[in-house]
Amino acid sequence: MIADWLHAGPTMLASFLASLVECVEALTVVLAVGTVRGWRDALSGSFAALLTLLVIIAVLGPALTRIPLESVQLFVGALLLLFGMRWLRKAILRSAGIIARHDETEAFAKETADLRRLGDSRAGWDKVAFAASFKITMLEGIEVVFIVVAIGAGGAGLLVPASIGALVALVLVVALGILVHRPLATIPENTLKFMVGVLLSAFGTFWVGEGLGVDWPGEDWSILALIAAFLIVAWIAVALCRRSPTASAMTAPRT
Amino acid sequence: MNWVKSALSELVALFVEDGSLAFAILVWLAFTGLVTTRFEGVRGWQGAILFAGLAIILIENTWRRARAGRAK
Repeated sequence: MIADWLHAGPTMLASFLASLVECVEALTVVLAVGTVRGWRDALSGSFAALLTLLVIIAVLGPALTRIPLESVQLFVGALLLLFGMRWLRKAILRSAGIIARHDETEAFAKETADLRRLGDSRAGWDKVAFAASFKITMLEGIEVVFIVVAIGAGGAGLLVPASIGALVALVLVVALGILVHRPLATIPENTLKFMVGVLLSAFGTFWVGEGLGVDWPGEDWSILALIAAFLIVAWIAVALCRRSPTASAMTAPRT
Repeated sequence: MNWVKSALSELVALFVEDGSLAFAILVWLAFTGLVTTRFEGVRGWQGAILFAGLAIILIENTWRRARAGRAK
């Protein structure tokens, strides 16, 4: 049971946090589309994308189970590492002030301005609204599907907790979106990305190791050790980036 | 065919933002794979070797990017 929760807990948490970030980003654009160009086509675009994603899952899911676990772990682990370390790199650079933080309010303002520039076409079917909603839901949705499949494919029975994590995030964001009707700017997206980057990098390293036949000390407990180790490395990287000559020059007061 | 190209580039962008980071990770995975299958002596240390390389790659990449500044 402990071993089960040892796998399922971090799996569900990683999937929930990663999906939360993606859903918040998608919500911002769908809200902008709905506000500027009308809700009917904005929501139709999102639903069409969600249906397409369901078809992808229905096709890919069973196909993955037919591939030997070791090969899946190696391949998926490598992709998870590329994906996770890309997120972690960006989160480190944002935390150190090297690149600008993502701001949902700013993203919403930019999106609404862009959509207004395209003119009003509320009469009849609005292709722009449908396409914009479809594209963002598809784009962020594919990331969620990848995360769920990648984390879930690493071991037997992990697809369920990974899916639950993503589903809870989706329901939560949709509910909050309906309730507040504006971008969820108060969600600490950059901190979440930092944590997700750490979790996905740790999972990726573990699965790659399993695929390569690595004898992990403490076996499954190594996942927790890897999470802690990546967190420490990320903090060291943030501290080093803040001390870099260019970063210091950027943050120094102008005289 | 433009949408296929666009979809493919979006898909690649999921995993590769900084080419040197992605390249270094893949090279390190290949190296670790080679070492773990060829040398019995490193058994027990494989996990540590795998992690240490990835940690160094991440620190070096972010440090290099920080030195390059905001321009990129």
